[in-house]
This record gives sequence, C-alpha cells and structure tokens, in this order.
Amino acid sequence: MAAPVQTGDVAPRPLPSAPQRALAQLRRTVDTAPGRLRTAGILLTVLVLAFGTLAAWQVIGRARAADQVVSHSQPLSQNAAEIYRSLADADATAASAFLLAGDAPQSVRDRYRADLDTAARLLTESAARTGSSDAQQWVTALNRQLPQYAGLVETAGADNRQGLPLGGAYLRYASAQLQESMLPAAQRLAAAEAGRLDGDYAAAGSFPWAALVLGGLALAALVRCQQLLFRRTNRVFNPGLLGATAAVLAAVLWLAAGSLSVHSDLTDSRQRGALPLRTLDQARIEALQSHTAENLDLVARGASDTYTERWAAITGSLAGPPPADGSAGGSSAGDGSTRAGGGTLGRARTAAPGEADAALVRAQSLFTTWEARHRAAAKSNEQGDYEAALRTTVGTGGDSAEGAFTALDQQLAQAATAERTAFERSAKGTDGVLYSVAAGAAFLAVLAAAGVVRGLGRRLAEYR
Amino acid sequence: MRTAKLTGAALLAAGLLGPGASGAAGPAAVRSEAAAAAPQPTADLAGGCEDRTAQPSSNESGPKVQQIRRRGMLVVGVDQNSYHWGYRNPQTGRIEGFDIDLARAVAKAILGDPDKVTYLTVPTARRIEAIKSGQVDLIARTMTITCERWQDTAFSAPYFSSGQRLVVPKAAKVTGIEQGLRGRRACVADQSSSQAVLRQNPYGTAEVKVVENQLDCLVLMQLGQVDATLTDTVLAAAQVAQDPTVEQAGEPIATAHMGIAMKKEDTDLVARVNQVLVDYRANGGWRASYDHWLAASMGADPAEYLK
Repeated sequence: MAAPVQTGDVAPRPLPSAPQRALAQLRRTVDTAPGRLRTAGILLTVLVLAFGTLAAWQVIGRARAADQVVSHSQPLSQNAAEIYRSLADADATAASAFLLAGDAPQSVRDRYRADLDTAARLLTESAARTGSSDAQQWVTALNRQLPQYAGLVETAGADNRQGLPLGGAYLRYASAQLQESMLPAAQRLAAAEAGRLDGDYAAAGSFPWAALVLGGLALAALVRCQQLLFRRTNRVFNPGLLGATAAVLAAVLWLAAGSLSVHSDLTDSRQRGALPLRTLDQARIEALQSHTAENLDLVARGASDTYTERWAAITGSLAGPPPADGSAGGSSAGDGSTRAGGGTLGRARTAAPGEADAALVRAQSLFTTWEARHRAAAKSNEQGDYEAALRTTVGTGGDSAEGAFTALDQQLAQAATAERTAFERSAKGTDGVLYSVAAGAAFLAVLAAAGVVRGLGRRLAEYR
Repeated sequence: MRTAKLTGAALLAAGLLGPGASGAAGPAAVRSEAAAAAPQPTADLAGGCEDRTAQPSSNESGPKVQQIRRRGMLVVGVDQNSYHWGYRNPQTGRIEGFDIDLARAVAKAILGDPDKVTYLTVPTARRIEAIKSGQVDLIARTMTITCERWQDTAFSAPYFSSGQRLVVPKAAKVTGIEQGLRGRRACVADQSSSQAVLRQNPYGTAEVKVVENQLDCLVLMQLGQVDATLTDTVLAAAQVAQDPTVEQAGEPIATAHMGIAMKKEDTDLVARVNQVLVDYRANGGWRASYDHWLAASMGADPAEYLK
C-alpha cells in the first residue's frame, strides 16, 4: 500500500533497496505511540490465541489416546491374552477328555467347546478392531490353524474310542501343533497388542509441555506490556489486560492440574491394572500348561519323558524353584508348602489390589495341594498303577489334581476380574477430563484475547 | 538244543514293539540290519547270540525265582502303545496284547495266578536300565535279541521272528521297498533300526522324517506329510490293523528275533522262563494268543514267525 508514496518521498536519498525501504516505512508507521500499541495488541492476541489452540490440540490428542487405552488397546490386549488362554485351556481340556474317554463328563466337553468358541470369537473381534498389520498377520495364522487343530483332536478322540493307540499319537501331534505353532502366534499377537497399549499409555499420559511453555510466554508478554503502559501513562491498572492475564494464568494452571491428575490416574491404572493383569495372565497360562503336561504324560503312557520334564520346568516358573532334592520322593510331598515361593504367582501378588491379592494367596495354597496330588499320581504311575494315577490326575471327584487345578484357575480368574475393575476405575473417564481441560483452556484463551483487544483498544482511542 | 527249541517252538511273538523295538536296537544291531538291508532279507540280526540263553528248567529254588514267589508279584516292563502287543485298551482300561499274555503265562507258572503281575511302562530308551537296576523282573516288550544287548542283559529263547517292513497307503500301489522309497518322503522312529537301515541305504528317498514313536509316522502318513513308513514287521502289522487304508509293501528285510529280557545274574529266572516258553508253545497258549491278537493282521498261518 505504501509503495507509491514512498517513491515520491524519498527521492533525494541514496538508493535503499525495496525491502529496506519497506522496513523503514513500516518503522515510521509503527514507531509512533499508537502504532506501537496496535502492534503490541496484535502480537499479544496472536500469542494468547496460539496458546489456546496449541493447548486444545495437544490435550485432545491425549484424550484420544486415553480413550484408546480404555476402549481399544486395553480390551484388545486383554483379548489377545484371552485367546492365548483359551487355546492353552483347550489343549489341557482335550487331554483330560481324552484320558477320561467315554467317562468324560459333559462339563469337560463343554469346556473344550467353549474354549474353541471363545478363541474363534475373539479372533474375529481382533481382526475387526485391531489397527496393527502385525496383529492381523497373527490373527490370520491362528484363524487358519484353529479348525485344523480341532480336526486333529476329533480324530484322536475317534481313534481312542475304537481302542486304537493311534489316538494317543494324534492327540500328542495336535498338542504339539498347538504348543509349537499356535501358542507362539498367539503370544506374538498379545505382544503386538501390548505394545500398542504401552504406546497409547505413553501418549495419553505425557505432559503438554509445548502448550505450557507458550502459555508462560504469553503471561510474560502480558506482564511486560502492562509495565510499559504503566510507565507511559501512569495508570496502574488496565482492566482489559489484567483480565487477560488472569485468564491465561488460569488456563495454564488448569492445563497443568488437569494433565497431572490424568497422568496420575493413568499411571495408577497401568500399575494396578494393566501390568498386574499381564503377570496374572502369565500365571494362568503357566498353570494351564503345567496341567497339559501332566495330562499328556498319561496320554503318552510312558512313551516319552518329555512331559515330566515340562511339568518340572513350568511349575518351577509358576511357583518358584522346588526345594532341594529331599522332598522329591513322593510320600513326604503330601504335607506342606515346600516351595520357596516367588515365581510368577509370587510376582503377580506385587502390586495386586487387595481383593486380587487375597485370591492369589488362596491360589498359592491350592498349588501346594495340586502339586501333592500330582506327586501322588506320579508315584502311582511309577509303581505301575495307571488306573490310580488316572483317577488322581483327572478324576471327577474334587480330590484330583484336576480338581485342585480348576480351583486354582478359578482363584486366578477372580484375581483377574478384580484387577480389571481396578484398571477401569482409574482409567475410565480420563478422556472426559482431558476433553474438558482442552475446552477450558480454549475458552480462557479466547477470553484473554478479548481482554487484550479491549484493554489496548481503550488506550488507542485516547489518541484519536 | 537251542536250535531244537527254537525250531520247535520258538517263537512267539512279539515283537517289536513299538517305538521300541525299533528304538532299542543298538549300534551293533543297526549295523547288522543295515548290512541286511539290501537284497538279502535273511541275514540274521541276532548274529547267533540267541543260543547264549540258559537251558529250560522247572527248578524254582534259585534266588530270583524265590524272591518273586516271596513277593507274590511278578514285575514286568511293558509298552502301552503297541497295538495288539502291549497296549492299554481305553474301553476296559486294561493292558492287553500278545506280550501281555506272555507275561501272564510266566506269572501263572511261577505264582500260580496270571493276574499277579505288576505292569510297569518302560520307555524304549530305558529298557536296559530298568533291567539292570532291578526295577523290573523281566521285560516283555517286543524287544529284539542282539549280541550288543547281551553284554548288558540276558534274553530268553526267541519267541517271535521279525524284521523291517515298509508301510504305505494302498492308493500308492507300491510293490517293493525300492519303488516305495525312491523319490518319496519316508518316516522312521528316532534311534530305531529302521533309521539305521535307511542311513546305510537310503533307497533314493527324497527326505527322511524322524519322529519319536513309529505311531507318529502313521499320523503323518494319514495327514499326507510323508509317503511311507519303515518300521519293524510286527509294528507294521499293528499300523495296518489300525488303518485299513494302508498296507505293508515289499518283502521284510533285516530279519531278527524277539526275546524276553532279564537281568544277567538271574540265570535261574532265565531257565524258568525258557521252560515256560517251551510249555506255552506245547500247550497251545502261543497259538491261541496269536490267533486272538495277531492272526487278523499278520496272517492265519504263523509259521514264518516261528522260524
């Protein structure tokens, strides 16, 4: 706009370049009292509105992540863990049903079927909801193998009912497929989902530093502007600017307090919910695999030592290393908790909320019972009394190893429910808090901008 | 005499066992079988060690027999997975089969009651150890007599002759070992004589799948993951008995004999068991057991298994 004027005005001077000339003109325009006021007003308004926008944008991003944690990644992560658990449970239950053959009660068959149904349903859910291509790949692999596994188990049962030892070979083959191919895929799926959950947690709980820094800058600029005005006009208060300062200060505090509170809720939900749940899932799976190993040992009918070794390894991880050799011989095993503790069961207790902890204590004592029965069964088997070993292991009275395992699994399930509740209590609603933080910060910033316009507008009017 | 015995009666049965029979063959056996693998099916795996066994005797004053009588129970190492030889019938929950009948005959002779038997399941790889440690009195588990094993245990006279045999799906229309293996995927049990035979002479196999138990081979064959299984003749028969869509193909190779294994020091028991075997054949027990368990899958005439 100033270009033609400029050319006329400045003709005699040495020839400054066009940008230099523009700058000089700008300086003259601005370098008047009203010019400076107007510039300050524009800068302050932009700064305050930028702060509000950045705060809202950052916090809305965190709110979305928090919502993901609760509505998406934690459920998917839990789904994946549940898929793993269902598969491992199907494996153990198929072996029980096989050992009981014609005597298998309806409840055992129902449990096996329910495991397969659960796995299939959760796989479908995961496929529909997960956004990770990694996870999709494992879901696809599991979807392909699940019916094959079911077919092998059916064949094993059919051969067994005809009295063919081939049935046992089929069941061991089916179990090997599950243990060596399907469970690792389920494990990877769970790891992929757990990774996403961790990512969402990190995103939701991080502090909106950029917005806070910009808020601090806006505050400093407002204060400085009022100092200068005071020097020039000797008026102590400018109500518009004062109001703007108060609004920005409130927005910064509101933002900091809101973020802190959400951060602490999320940390809580992770420490007391998501992480203990992971350890607990691990414990449930180890219990299942121990049970599978003891069942398959009977299915193998002495054809292999593999399952005895597997039992020892997995229970060692579950309940801590067994005591030194002394108690290994069967009869003394009936009494007492001989293991030092620790293991996954022990670790699951750390950070477990009260109700879950109580269930875990019961689970630990049930493990002792289970192990005693397992040893009694192993002893019978060693002495050639297969029928007694079978009864003690999978007998349907409550006094079998199967009974102790089932009770233990129920306690672990109860602990899992308690931890899920703790998770939801802490994590639910954090997204709502964050949305209101964002809205509040944006509103206060607009208010502050209005204050700036009004406060400086008055001073400007005095020059007219 | 041993010859007489052998010829007269010999045999019985059983064989081999499951995973075991194959599994148990030591390196010596392996070499013999391998040598025999080619076209001379008559080579004798036992290498002449069958005649090391004691003379049959009904004398029960020896220390081992006395110990068993005092205990009132005969402890026998068996297999639970060899169909028709030693296996647990899921319908009855009882261990049954040709080897089990044999163990019961021994218990009846020594204790007067065929039910006074404690069956201990012994994995193939632990058979020798179970004998040496005295954990079992004897092992009736399709165990092949070899000179190598004679260094650690004693054997009864042979009760069945066996060898190696190919099992293939009927649809493959295989007529000989060579044809059944060339370019095909074969399956054998780990540590088995069959494995050693193929190592010595692969017959042009495209791939050899090694599994824990010969029954796993049948599973893989049914699932189409292998084309043929090489295993002991009696186990080959047991596979065919469990799956009518497979058949034995070609002639048996690497002939051998099965015997009851006992502790080397228990010569009194060995002599007593040999007497039981003589009587078992003479009184028709062997034949009755064969007819009941094996005739359907191994042929009505057991003559070739008595050789």
